Parts: sequence; C-alpha cells; structure tokens
Amino acid sequence: MRRNGSRTRTWAAVSLLIGALLASGVWPGLAGAVDPIKIGFGMALTGGLAANGKAALIAMQLWEADMNKKGGLLGRPVQLVYYDDQTKGATVPGIYTKLLDVDKVHFVVSGYGTNLIAPAMPIVMERKLVFPALFGLANNEKANYPGYFQIMPAGPNPAVDWTATYLELAARQTPKPQTIAIVGADAEYPHNALAGARENIKRLGLKTVYDSTYPPNTVDFTPIVRAIKATNPDIVAVYSYPPDTAGIVLAAHEVGLQPKMFGGGMVGLQFAALLTKLGPKLNGIVNYDFWVPEPTLKFPGIEDFLKRYQAQAEKAGVDPLGHYLPPWAYAYLQVLGQAIEGTKSLDQQKVAEYIRANEHDTIVGKVKFGANGEWATSRVLQVQFQSIETTDIGQFLKPGKRVVVWPEQYKSGNLIYPYAKAMR
Amino acid sequence: MVALDLLLNALAAGILLGGFYAAVSLGIAVAFGLLDVVNIAHPVFVMLGAYVTYIMNVRFGLDPILTGLLFTPVFYVLGVVLYRVYYMSFERKGAESLRGLVFFFGILFIVEVSLLLAFGVDYRMVEASYIGKTFQIGPVGIAFRLLVPCVVGVALTGALYLFLSRTFYGRAIQAVAQDSFALRLMGANPFRVKGIAFGLAIATAALAGALLVMIGPVEPAMNREYIGRVFAVAVLGGMGSIGGTLVAALILGIAESLTSTFYGPSWSVAVSFGVLLLALAVRPSGLFGR
Repeated sequence: MRRNGSRTRTWAAVSLLIGALLASGVWPGLAGAVDPIKIGFGMALTGGLAANGKAALIAMQLWEADMNKKGGLLGRPVQLVYYDDQTKGATVPGIYTKLLDVDKVHFVVSGYGTNLIAPAMPIVMERKLVFPALFGLANNEKANYPGYFQIMPAGPNPAVDWTATYLELAARQTPKPQTIAIVGADAEYPHNALAGARENIKRLGLKTVYDSTYPPNTVDFTPIVRAIKATNPDIVAVYSYPPDTAGIVLAAHEVGLQPKMFGGGMVGLQFAALLTKLGPKLNGIVNYDFWVPEPTLKFPGIEDFLKRYQAQAEKAGVDPLGHYLPPWAYAYLQVLGQAIEGTKSLDQQKVAEYIRANEHDTIVGKVKFGANGEWATSRVLQVQFQSIETTDIGQFLKPGKRVVVWPEQYKSGNLIYPYAKAMR
Repeated sequence: MVALDLLLNALAAGILLGGFYAAVSLGIAVAFGLLDVVNIAHPVFVMLGAYVTYIMNVRFGLDPILTGLLFTPVFYVLGVVLYRVYYMSFERKGAESLRGLVFFFGILFIVEVSLLLAFGVDYRMVEASYIGKTFQIGPVGIAFRLLVPCVVGVALTGALYLFLSRTFYGRAIQAVAQDSFALRLMGANPFRVKGIAFGLAIATAALAGALLVMIGPVEPAMNREYIGRVFAVAVLGGMGSIGGTLVAALILGIAESLTSTFYGPSWSVAVSFGVLLLALAVRPSGLFGR
C-alpha cells in the first residue's frame, strides 16, 4: 500500500511539472502538439489549375514552417489542413464543410482562382468567417461580404482596374492609338476581363474593330489571329489561359501580326514553362504581372522566400521561377497571421476588423484592403519583354528582361513603342 | 465582301488542322470503327506519346517526328498487351459493352495520374528547328508547326489504308470487323487479328502525340478535350473507314477554320458538331460507312 501511494505521488508530481511547463509556454512545441491553430483550405492539386495550386501549397507550407520556427501564433503552433479540390467547383462546398465541422479548423482561407473561391463564399458568409482569398477576380462584387480579403492587387473595381493599366498605357502613347482588337477564351476570367476592357475602351475613346471569344479547347489560333490582322488594329488585347497564350503568340509570329501594342492579360507569360519555350518571340509583348525581379520591387523577405521556394519547386514539378502566385500565397497567410497576432484573438470578427483597418507588411510589399475586400488601390503591373535572345531560364531570374513600364511608382524602364521596334 | 486572301488562308489553315485531326482520330477509327472497342482512353495515349516526345526532345534533342516513329513499335506492343487484358477480362465473357467502357475509363485515369505524378502539372512544349518558321505560296502563309502534323497525318492515313487493303493481316482485320465467326471458320484466330489491329490503333497515338506537342503546350489532363472531337471525326467519316476519317477530319478542320475567321471563333465548335449532326441526318452510317 505504501509503495502504491508513493508511486501515485510521483506520477502526480510529474503531471504537475508537465502541466506547469505547458502553461508557462516554456515548451511550446509540446503545447502546440496538443492544440495547434488550424487553418483550412481546399487547393487545386490536380486538374486544370494544379500547376498553380501546387506551387501555392509549397509557399503556404513555407509560411507554416516559418511560423512554427518562430514559436507559432499566440504561442501555439500553426497547422495547415487542406484537401485537393481537383479544380472542380463542385468539390469546394463539401471540403469547407468538412474543414469546419469535422476538422474543426479555426480559420479558413480560399483555394486558388475565381472559380474555386465562388463556391466557398456561401458557407463562409453563412458562418460569418474571415476569408482571405487567393487570386479571385471580382468574387465579392455582388455579395460585398465584409470578411472577404483578396490578395491579388487588382484594385477596388477588379474587372475594370485589371484591364485599365494596359489600355491606359496604350492610350498615353504618341500618336494616340485609335483602334483596338480584343479577344479572350470562353471562360470566367477572360469574360470578366473582356467586360472590364470594354468599359475602359469606351472611357479612353478607342474604337473596337474586333471583339470575340474562342472555345477553351481551340487547337489552331492562326485563323483567329489572321482575322484580327485583317482588321488592322493599333492595339491588340488578349485575355487567355496558358495553352492559348502559347498558341496565340506563335500564330502572331507566323501570321506577322504587328500592332503598335500587343499583350494585355495573357496568363502563362509569368511562368518558366512558356517563357523558356517562347524565348525571343516574347520580345515587345506588354503583359500584366504582379511581381518580377526588377530593382523597384525588392520588398523585404521576397528574395529569401523565392530561394527557398525554388529549391523545392523542381522536385514538385511546378513553376521553377515562382514569381507569379507563390509570393501571394505566402502573403495572404502573412496577413491572416499578423491579424491573429495583432488582435491576440481567434475571434473571426476581430480578426476581420483588424485586417480591414490596418496596412500589412508582406513579402509582396505593403497591403491595404478597401471596403470591398480588394486592394484599396490597384497594383497591376504592365511589364514589357525586352532583349530576350535565348530560351535560357536563368535570364528570367535577373532584372532587365521583364521591364516594368507601368505604373510610374514601380517603373524600371521605358516602354519600347511600337511593338515592331521591340520585336527585333 | 470576303477578302480572297483571308478565305484562302482560312481554307489552308483548315486543311492543315484537318490533317492533324486525322492523325489523332485514326486510332479511334480502327479500335471503335473496326473492332467495336470503345477505347475512350485513346486521347490519353496520345498524351503519353506527347510526353515521350517531350522527354526525348529535352534530354536528347531528338526531333519530335523521329521520336514518334521510334516509339510506334513500343506503343504497338502496349496496345497488344492492353487488348489481351481487355479480351481476357471482358470480351471473352461477353461483358465488354459497359464494363469495357469502365475499363478504358480506368486506363484513362491511371495513365493521366501517372503522367501527373511523373511530370507534374506544368505545361510542356518541344523545340525543333522548323517550329515557328513559315513560308508563303502567293497570299497564303503556311506555318511548318501546322504543316508537318498535317503531312504526317495524311501519310499515316495513307499507310494505314494501304496496310488494311493490300496486306494479308490488313484484310484479316477488315474481315474480323465484318464477321469474326466467319474468320474463325477460315482458320484464322480473331483474337490475334484483333490484337494486331488494336496494337496499330495505339501505335498511331505515339505519332499523334508527337504532332500534338509540336503544335502547342500540353499538360496531362488535356486529353479529355480531345475525346469528343476524335469520336466525332470517326463517326462522321463512317465507322471503320480510314479514308473517311481523313475526309471527315478535313471537313471539321475547314469548318472550324472558316467559322473562326469569318463568324467568330466561339461558334467554331458548334458549327463543327452541327456539320456532324447534319451529315448523320442524311447518312446515319457516316460519310463513308457501309
């Protein structure tokens, strides 16, 4: 009996000691293992958007590792809980319901892309959750949900602001261009972008000579490019997805399309896969981007982040440059993390209010959200491909190949105008 | 008024596109048209051919067409083995209709996921000296990137047509398509003949894949975009008609190109399938079907 009593006392003392260590935060790792702060999301790891989705996931896991290395958030470790949404909107409601009801995550963030953010919105709104979103174009336009914060710097009026920079840049050239051709894929993003472009074209007093969409599975773009050429436009604005972008750029060279400005909203020209295949054919194209390795965009932490991302990218079979989406996938979690630390709370409303009221320091620069959860002011860059002579990937890691020509604040070089002059 | 040079260029682009469609659809014309095997996985084998071409191009600098030709025997063997599995599991038991379709769906997903795991989800393209170059015939501009696939597609169609009409095994394949029981009475083994035919169908995918990755970038899930198109070509041409497949591919290519040029590209697919429906209304067995 005495012996049993002694053993009981010993165990009680050990339990008390462990409890004291956990409570004091001296042993945060173990404390966190018991109760981490969980952040849940669906992500396109297979399907059409998987190339970007996988790259985003690497960035988010880097943030998770960085946070836990620093001791987590509010003294608790951070844990990402995620599922593959297969680039299918239909899977998204189920994923978010499971995250909230079964996995009991503390916060949810969006997956990648407009089509996969939209199906999560009703659940998020119904439960009044804070919802940082990754690259959605005008997802909150109709709902105007106060907990929505979208990291892509499209600006307060996304569809219009997105296309404004390219068209305004064109309209500032001398002599002022008069005619424009616009074309895009029959899909969500190009449709939104084309609608925005039409508004901007009207505002800037340009005359539209070609306005059409094409099916997403188009194989040969030469008939389309030839039809555009036949209208002899001063400006050509294209809103396309990666395979179409390659097809259109190749067809433009084959057909000899040489407007005064060519580009606009071509997705794909931000990734190594197309950059290294199209090489010198890119010269002269002016296209949107969000970050390029120019001296005017060297925000604290971005270079260190990219080095670590690039070390993992090849193995994962994703974009080895990582300039397009990964920094923003890291940044939207930075914003959430800073809000949790700032409010010292897991309360959804407090965190949302903090995000809305403050400016956030991230690896993509200072982020300030407007009333509708979009960036308070647009930071869509227009970059011009200049002096590309090879298809070597190394050149795209250095400045001088994707020169920022708009906006003035981040400008790193002058626009070579017209397009033919920069083509070589 | 329609500009003549625009019309000529649209026709030329349609012919070039049609030649490529023929190359992608030939395997379906043989497997579905002649053998009654609903190989819905055919486009994923085209994608496999595209990735093999990409690897050989990036690692060894091999020309895409040469790679396509080198790998046709490998794909042939793959096809023969695949048919053997299909025959033993489904056809022999008379359960090929629905279960066979599920089997090929399974193959489609397995190959697609394998490509995803092996190559990731990034877009892949190949390089060759002639890609990006063009030449003029009067007002008509021809891009080698589209001309080479068209020429290879037409040559492949011709070779397959000659094989099926002039060789013993070719005639045996046509015979098994008409009456496999009668072929058995003649002392030939329908299973073996069908295996050869299915092997040939898959072998065409190696070349078609090489042509596909030459035209534009590919990613593993892209195969699904071709399922409807290849079956439409095979059905319009007439089940099992190799020459009909080429004619149907050219018709759909020209319809797509003319629509894109003159009426807006968003109508091109609708017009192509409208042509298919119209043709089937007049000739339910396809243009050259019996």
